[in-house]
Amino acid sequence: MYAFLIPLLKIVVVMAGLFGAVPVLVYFERRIAAFIQDRLGPNRVGPMGLFQPLADAIKMIFKEDIVPDHVDRVLYVLAPVLAFVPPALAFAVIPFGHPIRLLGDRIDLAIAPAGMGVLFLLAVGSTSVYGIAFGGWASNNKFSLLGGLRSSAQMISYEIPLVLALVAVLMTAGTLDLGRIVAQQAEFHLGILPAWNLFHQPIAFLIFFIAAFAETNRLPFDLPECEPELIGGYHTEYSSMKFAMFMMGEYVAMISMSALLVTFFLGGWSFPGIDPTSTALLSGIASVVAFAAKVAAVLFVFMWVRWTLPRFRYDQLMNLGWKVLIPLALLNIMATGVVGVA
Amino acid sequence: MVPSFWPILAYAGFLVGLGGAILLISHLLGPRRHQRAKHDTYECGVAPVGTARERFPVRFYLVAILFVLFDIETVFLVPWAVTYRRLGVPGLIEMFSFIAVLGIGLYYVWRRGALEWD
Repeated sequence: MYAFLIPLLKIVVVMAGLFGAVPVLVYFERRIAAFIQDRLGPNRVGPMGLFQPLADAIKMIFKEDIVPDHVDRVLYVLAPVLAFVPPALAFAVIPFGHPIRLLGDRIDLAIAPAGMGVLFLLAVGSTSVYGIAFGGWASNNKFSLLGGLRSSAQMISYEIPLVLALVAVLMTAGTLDLGRIVAQQAEFHLGILPAWNLFHQPIAFLIFFIAAFAETNRLPFDLPECEPELIGGYHTEYSSMKFAMFMMGEYVAMISMSALLVTFFLGGWSFPGIDPTSTALLSGIASVVAFAAKVAAVLFVFMWVRWTLPRFRYDQLMNLGWKVLIPLALLNIMATGVVGVA
Repeated sequence: MVPSFWPILAYAGFLVGLGGAILLISHLLGPRRHQRAKHDTYECGVAPVGTARERFPVRFYLVAILFVLFDIETVFLVPWAVTYRRLGVPGLIEMFSFIAVLGIGLYYVWRRGALEWD
């Protein structure tokens, strides 16, 4: 009974954190956009517009759920669900705090302490393209189809440099266990510099960072939903909560990507002052807070970039992925290999 | 000890359940008024021309094929990446020849113009 309760509790905590963060992110995205563009942003609903996401959600739920006559009904309904399940599923293996000891049991702060965590991530990450591809195809709309195709091509193209960048990190870490990858980064060089993979693998970090934007369809790579060209893209024919679920998927993907970036490069839950070998509850909570703060900082960079840079052209996007990032990632792996063996 | 994977399955089940619940709630709460024009394909307000089930540029297909090739080869790199320190120089030489073949493949695709978009 007890063995069942703990994982279920962890699942509830992760889901609450993940889906609770989405409206908060939407709010901050709009406020930050307004700040960068020198305007006010939402400030009418509740104090400082804090209830705006709630109002949006209520409005979305009560909108008519239109299913156009010409769509492929099964895939049309399936696509919005597929848009947010894979990115949320990636969170299953991410350690969001160091192990704690509660009532005599050691508890890993991750839904599944999978020793093959990275392989699971790669497998799940590849499936996130289905939601968008199905949405674009099932809509039976030329704009949606083009948006879905563009997006699929973009996501699979940037998946390769993303994985190649991770291979370089795995070479440094020598393990597929995410818990151990984080624990390694909790150490210090010369007593002050944290042993983050960011410092061991700066090129891999850069590649992963760029590819993360493309994988989550965020500006400057948001071509699938390029409004002026494609009238929305893959979700043109979607309305009501189905549309909202695509948006949710985008934000969940952003959170997952940021969490991965933090886990692989920025030391995960580790923070100066938090003892990684401790199993005390208080220290565990501090590590969760450190992890959340790092993820929030990366998310802020996502938004900052979105409202600062213009959109790439599609040929520039594909050139960057195939002709720059992939050769660079391969060279990085070779360089890491030479340095590591020598 | 074999790690138990059922929490991942349970988590996936919860996620799909959440998706289904959201769909169901919005389906029940929203109004439904059928109008022919509203349920037509959206094409900037004019009557839709033809269908979307048409031929699309073959380049997307090419990219998909290239992805499958390169993605499988990157997965081959993973086991080597974890153990390369133990494999030492022989492993390094073998993997370098593998990456070289990969690089030549990329160069070939590049020269044949499969990566050009216009």
